[in-house]
Amino acid sequence: MSLAEARPASPAVFSRIAPGRLMWIAVLIATIVLVMLPANALPAWAWKYPLAWQVPFGSWISAFMKWLMESASFGFFTVHDFTRAIAWTLDLPLQFAKSVFATGFIQGQGSDAVVILPAIPWFAMIVLSVAAGYAVGGLALGLQMGFGLAYLAVFGQWDSAMVTLASVLVASLFGAAGGLLVGLACVRWRWLERIVSPLLDVAQTMPVFAYLLPMLILFGFGPVSAMVATVIYALPPMVRVTIVAIRAVPEEIRSLGLMTGCTRRQITWKMLVPSALPALMVGVNQVIMLSLNVVIIASMIGAGGLGWDVLTALRSLNIGKGLEAGLAITVLAVLLDRFAQALAVRSGAAVQGQSTGRRNILIGGLGLGLALWAAAAISQPLAVYPEAWKLSTGAFFSDIVSWINVNFFSTLEAIRTGVLLNVLIPVKRFMLALPWPWVVAVIALAGYRLGGWRLALTVGLMALFPVVVGLWPTTMITVYLTVVSVVLSALIGIPIGIASAQRPKLWRVVEAVVDTLQTLPSFVYLIPIVMLFRVGDFTALIAIVLYAVAPAIRYTAHGVARVSPHLVEAGAMNGCTRGQILKRIRLPLALPEILLGVNQTIMLALSMLVITALVGTRDLGQETYSALAKADVGRGLVAGLCVAFIGMVADRLISAAAGRMRARMGVEA
Amino acid sequence: MAHPILAARGVAKLYGANAARFVRDGRFSGTSEELAQAGVTAAVRDVDITIERGETFVIMGLSGSGKSTLVRCLAALTPPSAGEILFEDKDLNRMAEGDLIQIRRHQMGMVFQHFALLPHLTVLGNVAFPLDVQGMKKPEREAKALEMIKLVGLSGRESRFPRELSGGQQQRVGIARSLAVGPDLWFLDEPFSALDPLIRREMQDEVLRLQDMLKKTIVFITHDFDEAVRIADRIAIMKDGRIEQIGSAEELVLRPATDYVRAFTRDAPRAKILTARSIMSPPDPAADYAGVVGASARIAAFARKIEEAEKPFAVVDEGEVVGKVDRRAVIDVLIGRESADQAA
Ligand SMILES: Nc1ncnc2c1ncn2[C@@H]1O[C@H](COP(=O)(O)OP(=O)(O)O)[C@@H](O)[C@H]1O
Ligand SMILES: [Mg+2]
Repeated sequence: MSLAEARPASPAVFSRIAPGRLMWIAVLIATIVLVMLPANALPAWAWKYPLAWQVPFGSWISAFMKWLMESASFGFFTVHDFTRAIAWTLDLPLQFAKSVFATGFIQGQGSDAVVILPAIPWFAMIVLSVAAGYAVGGLALGLQMGFGLAYLAVFGQWDSAMVTLASVLVASLFGAAGGLLVGLACVRWRWLERIVSPLLDVAQTMPVFAYLLPMLILFGFGPVSAMVATVIYALPPMVRVTIVAIRAVPEEIRSLGLMTGCTRRQITWKMLVPSALPALMVGVNQVIMLSLNVVIIASMIGAGGLGWDVLTALRSLNIGKGLEAGLAITVLAVLLDRFAQALAVRSGAAVQGQSTGRRNILIGGLGLGLALWAAAAISQPLAVYPEAWKLSTGAFFSDIVSWINVNFFSTLEAIRTGVLLNVLIPVKRFMLALPWPWVVAVIALAGYRLGGWRLALTVGLMALFPVVVGLWPTTMITVYLTVVSVVLSALIGIPIGIASAQRPKLWRVVEAVVDTLQTLPSFVYLIPIVMLFRVGDFTALIAIVLYAVAPAIRYTAHGVARVSPHLVEAGAMNGCTRGQILKRIRLPLALPEILLGVNQTIMLALSMLVITALVGTRDLGQETYSALAKADVGRGLVAGLCVAFIGMVADRLISAAAGRMRARMGVEA
Repeated sequence: MAHPILAARGVAKLYGANAARFVRDGRFSGTSEELAQAGVTAAVRDVDITIERGETFVIMGLSGSGKSTLVRCLAALTPPSAGEILFEDKDLNRMAEGDLIQIRRHQMGMVFQHFALLPHLTVLGNVAFPLDVQGMKKPEREAKALEMIKLVGLSGRESRFPRELSGGQQQRVGIARSLAVGPDLWFLDEPFSALDPLIRREMQDEVLRLQDMLKKTIVFITHDFDEAVRIADRIAIMKDGRIEQIGSAEELVLRPATDYVRAFTRDAPRAKILTARSIMSPPDPAADYAGVVGASARIAAFARKIEEAEKPFAVVDEGEVVGKVDRRAVIDVLIGRESADQAA
């Protein structure tokens, strides 16, 4: 306003631009000027935060952990004893699951070891899975389970896959049950929700590496630490889903509970949980998929299984082996996802009639499976998948990759260098040239415009955190890779979303692809890309875009397709062309949803970014990863918090913007 | 008379941050202006009602008038902000939680507007649910539930799931479930509002039939005056959280206490509401009657008879002639004309 008043000479121009937009144009210009300023134009601390001002959170945390594990005591026993006792307890179910699926029950040590009961042999497992798949999702699912598991056996991935499966099942069990309980408690006590909710935000945006480390210190190196980290990572969505699902149970059902004289416990377990079950199962599905994702990553702290195979293959550049294990992970992921989804659908529609037939098949399958297991226990050599029947595609994949590299090396290299020189490096330079006080101020300003003082303070403080811990440049490198990959994802995803929103046939194909992309553990993406482009920022960029593009597509398609048909008809009656309807009606109305899609893309990009530390990026992911290698808890956690805060700043600002847009359009959130 | 099954004394239910300001010593006071200024909604206020054993008490009012809030207070689903609810002379909100649970398990039943059927249970499971909660053994409760299912005419559908039934059938399940524990006091909160008009009539008949058999005390909520008239012994008309008037349908039509009640009852089917007593004129000792009608017979029941006869009918009460009705008096009611006698 003040600008417009100050320049009466050009009112026509300025009165048409909203004052808010004018302000942002000014901010943009100022930013460009700041970046181009010579190095001595501002005091040095604006670029390089002085060491003397840093707050050594990292050392404090490390010192605290050291004290906790070495000196802290509850009186009769030390914290160390306590955590090891927990680890031992948690180890029991894990060992049990591993014995059932992978190793068998063994007594004695070393060469005296006697197998009491072997693990479920591959053929029994296939029979059991086919029966379970058929009972839950019909013939199609049963067949998928059968072929999927057969693939694992034939291509020699069986043992590792079963170790992974055992970890995933146990972690999912704890994650789902824990999430359910925490969620129920949050519904019961609102103050608890207020405490838990921000913790969930941090847990969801924190890089996995960052909390593997404290787990290692608390629970020791090994599968239990990996499992605890996995459970913590997989728990938040279950808590969220539980809160929403239980709250969504109609008030009348609660009243019914009171009127029939239910106790609190009866209301919860006989009414609320069962009637919310279909929604809860969606949460369980997410828990399973997240668990798989982390179990793969956590293999580097001793979870073993397929993740370990990939990791060793990547380290030794054994292309074929890496791809094989990656494919096995993919198969496992798809099977778990299909099964969990079918379970969710089924809990929603317990269709009668069919179910007795299916139950018989299930019981028959179970019986046969157990009988086969027993047979294998009696004649143990039977249980092992014969070497002679194994196929290996490793050499084949290696050949393909080397063929591509031989024939297309120069093309691939040209693409890589082109993007690096023209996009990645300039953006990186720009980001690093920004003075931190300016960036923090602009973020706080955006917070103020979108949500008032509270939001300004929240995002401002979060943005300040990397500065005071002395990780500003590393954070900016993270931001740069995130920005580039999110922009690229949006440029690819939004048009695909728009195109498929109005074409059901295309959408079916796109949805299948997007679904698969989202089921795969992030780790898997790295394998083929590293083989083609070696390590570095460009590889990271492609992996991130592949992983993070899905929500941009999905939310755009939903948003555009969901626009009320009345409005579209009204537009058509006003003589809009198809293009005009899209541009003037569908897109503006879908914008809030598209924004939320971009928000999700940012979150996925950050989580993938951290994984790409494995291929040698130099950002916060690398910081947490190398802290993990050096067992420096404080450093790892602080860097992890920086990543979490980047995600949370973006999330808060974008959600506020989308909320405001929706409110302005009068659309329900 | 001495022991009403349910009574509300000075009950108010307020919503809003400043609600506490309007309650002193458990009593509500405040004008509508003061409430509005403080941003407080008085969903229910100043309600005094006494419900007798065995009667069908209908609470009627437009949407938002506070009916559900009142019935939730009566059933102790929400504590009132002021006043007390007495069930058999005991204050429901002061008793130990265990006692309240016992009362609900054995003496109260409720039917909900949106049925509130549990989606994961079959018809049988839903009807047996209140018994299950009490810890009754499976064979016993299922036998009892089957009996209830038969009572509401759903035999053969025991193993269906709620979503496989029509709206009317779902509400029959709701009714069977609420009756399974053999309650003395039966709450129905707009039980048929979500149903189509034809089904609604059928369900009203069902309630009348059940009431005829079971003789419960019924608290029935509706926004439909015709429905109230069909079912009620007494009707309470609510507006803005207050009860405007309580009385039989006939009393409301003949002697509306406020303009609101008058407006509400204006289009009521008078022939079905008014009795011979209310339209009769003083008896004429010398008259020659065509026949007799009972004093409490509804006009709709005898209108045709009178229309066809030339001479008036005698109105008798306990064997005595207390008045006479002629063709004109009946026609006045049927065409909605204010008759000279009534105005007097
Ligand atoms: N939990 C609540 N919080 C705030 N206001 C409420 C609540 N429940 C009911 N009200 C208000 O009380 C009034 C009466 O509501 P209700 O009893 O549901 O009316 P009815 O059942 O007659 O349609 C309405 O104005 C409603 O907005
Ligand atoms: Mg209501």
